[in-house]
Amino acid sequence: MTRSVGIIVVLLAVASIYEAVALFHPISESHRSAALELFSAVDGSFSSLEEAYEALRTFEVLGIEQKPDIKDHTCNSVVDTLSSKSSNSRDLYHALRVNGLLKCKTSKEALTGITSRLKDAVKAATSLLDYYHSIGGLLLIKDQSSEVDVLLENADGILRSIKALGQSDGRWRYSSNNPESSTYAAGLAFETISGVISLAASAIDENLIGTLKKDIAKLFDSIEKYDDGSYYFDDKHIDASGHQGLLSATAAVVRGLTTFASTTDGLNIPEDKILGVARFFLGIGVPGNSKDLYYQIDSLSHLENNRVSVPLILSLPATVLSLTSKDVLKVKVNTVLGSVAPPLSVKLMQVFSSGSKDASVLKQELHFDPKEAIHTLNDLPEGVDIGEYVFAFEIVLSDPEHKRKFATGGRIKVPVHVTGVVKVDDAKVAVLEGDIVESEKKLDLPRKTDLALSANHLQKLHLSFLLTTPFGKPFKPHQVFHQLLDCLDFISLYVCLTYLSSVYLQALLKLRHESGVEHIFVVENSGRHFEITLDFLGLVEKFYYLSGQYDIELTVGDAVMENSFLQPLGSIDLDLPKAPEKTAQPPPQAVNPYLRYGPKAEIAHIFRVPEKRPPQEVSFAFLGLVLVPFLAFLVGLLRLGVNFKNFPTSAIPATFAILFHGGIAAVLVLYALFWLKLDLFTTLKSLGIIGIFLMFVGHRTLSHLASTSAKLKSA
Amino acid sequence: MAKSTKDDAQALFHSLRSSYSATPTNLKIIDLYVLFALSTALIQVGYMAIVGSFPFNSFLSGVLSCVGTAVLAICLRIQVNKENKEFKDLPPERAFADFILSNLVLHLVIMNFLG
Repeated sequence: MTRSVGIIVVLLAVASIYEAVALFHPISESHRSAALELFSAVDGSFSSLEEAYEALRTFEVLGIEQKPDIKDHTCNSVVDTLSSKSSNSRDLYHALRVNGLLKCKTSKEALTGITSRLKDAVKAATSLLDYYHSIGGLLLIKDQSSEVDVLLENADGILRSIKALGQSDGRWRYSSNNPESSTYAAGLAFETISGVISLAASAIDENLIGTLKKDIAKLFDSIEKYDDGSYYFDDKHIDASGHQGLLSATAAVVRGLTTFASTTDGLNIPEDKILGVARFFLGIGVPGNSKDLYYQIDSLSHLENNRVSVPLILSLPATVLSLTSKDVLKVKVNTVLGSVAPPLSVKLMQVFSSGSKDASVLKQELHFDPKEAIHTLNDLPEGVDIGEYVFAFEIVLSDPEHKRKFATGGRIKVPVHVTGVVKVDDAKVAVLEGDIVESEKKLDLPRKTDLALSANHLQKLHLSFLLTTPFGKPFKPHQVFHQLLDCLDFISLYVCLTYLSSVYLQALLKLRHESGVEHIFVVENSGRHFEITLDFLGLVEKFYYLSGQYDIELTVGDAVMENSFLQPLGSIDLDLPKAPEKTAQPPPQAVNPYLRYGPKAEIAHIFRVPEKRPPQEVSFAFLGLVLVPFLAFLVGLLRLGVNFKNFPTSAIPATFAILFHGGIAAVLVLYALFWLKLDLFTTLKSLGIIGIFLMFVGHRTLSHLASTSAKLKSA
Repeated sequence: MAKSTKDDAQALFHSLRSSYSATPTNLKIIDLYVLFALSTALIQVGYMAIVGSFPFNSFLSGVLSCVGTAVLAICLRIQVNKENKEFKDLPPERAFADFILSNLVLHLVIMNFLG
């Protein structure tokens, strides 16, 4: 715990020293595939025209072709909105935006009608969004049709009413009743202002434009900055559409600035802020949702060819150079969308090795390959051995006129890792008695070795070796500070520490007992000489007094070492004294997960021994025997002189009698079926039916019999 | 003395025989039926004694059906017997209907328990 706290403290301290070391990449294929994935139209159409515009604009900037059936669907929606009488200026604005991209077939009459409605909306506008939508709509109509008259008469007045909503700190309010202001609104305001300027029928007051330029400069004073050199605008309030503050606010300001710059000259915004905003958008990487992607791509396309200054991005396709494979350093300079930059040259100014803040100035120019558009540095500067470095570049534009147009960013610092093969020399293992060497063996690391040593608790184990870099210099121990810098990119400190523990600390000696208990020791180093002495007398308690065979493993590794190895060295037979009472028990070993989830021992179930059944012959014999009394009964009945004299002779009673006997037989058959296959409920149901029948029939029969016997008695 | 007991037993037996022959035929039929039911029950018990009582429910079911029907027949005999003053007003057909009904219910329960 204290170690992680300490690391956090160091991290914060170092973060302040190492500023603006980061790598940005221009827009790439991954953005295109993300766009296709995020902007998927449901059922061939988008849920709203606003979304449709975002998707289509992103596809247009990235150069992706849109499917024709989506175009048709969206065009239908556009034409419907444009011809509908109930659309307000917001709907018209979005429909016209989509129309500008898709170029749907619209009639001149429809556009003229819309123009007059929008002009009325401008006159009646009170809030910023009213102005934004109506002016924006008129500007779009101007681009889409040259025949319609869209010019505004009272441009000065409109500008003044928009400016009235602005605040002194550069932000804008949405309306005069609502005191809340936001940077997003400021972006919208400047976009509207530039629209008014392009639609003005007559020239606009120069002083007004001058104050507006001052306003935008003041807005840029409130810009905020990250440590890696990106600049952004933050909106403490959620904007009108409820979206996340940073991205939407910065995107709105970029749109406002670039459209304003396209209509007026002489905007004075520092170029490092423009470059910073470009870095902010590129630093997002590939966003996860469609709205963020749209903001990113739209803003970058505005920055690509704006009239203030066009940012140029310096990127390295590979930041890890291997000395073994003689990698050359490659540098690319592009615009934010990945297009070709103007003629320029890249100079490597300084190389900082990890931990140092000073370095000699080199001014080495990189060689430019026009076919691949890559600048290469064929030979690494003197003294660049394996390790982490920060390379500082400068972009020099060939045409001095371009200096005003493009933002190059001054000194650009990029982290570079140089890896190579580390040689392990002069490795030897010895068992010492006091100071006298008992047995010594030379090792050939990192090749396989199989030692078989033995020692008792009075002796010591000594291991030493030398590590040398490819240039023959001692391999300095890994600098903790520089590695911590990478933690800034990680999401959580836990991940960071896990990463650290896997690349930090390069030499570990592990002893594993046959029971599984492990002990790890750090091999100390001084310069290039690594050695460790294990004094078993002091370690007896740490080893839990366990004697026996210990497997020895040596791990040497580092982020920049290409041949890191984990080598089992063999085994050592340790003879430790017996454990006294009350010593700590070795910790229980972790269960092998394969054992826990693997197949278990087979269980032999004990089944109930089935009951002894009699042999079939005995059972059949008794079946016969049981039927004997029945036969005896029948014989007896005959002997008694049973007769059917009382059976009714006349038709109806006879029928009933027969039915009565039949009914009883049916019930008995039902019982037999019940025993064989039926269940109780069906049986009861049938029994109920037969029973009712039987009752009725039986009653008739028996009452008939009773009446006949009564007649006989009375007679 | 032995001879006199033997004579007495014989005389008793003869008198029983003669008085039994005086009973009406329908009562004799019922007696025969009871004998049949009880002998079946005895045979079942003997079978169980030999082979063991494994499906005990079947054994009980079988024995109790025999015993139950015998009991019902005895009830019928009591009710039908003309010399029995207690049941003078009960028509024998009614008793017979009760006998049939109770037998049917008994046999339903027996069949359920037979398994």
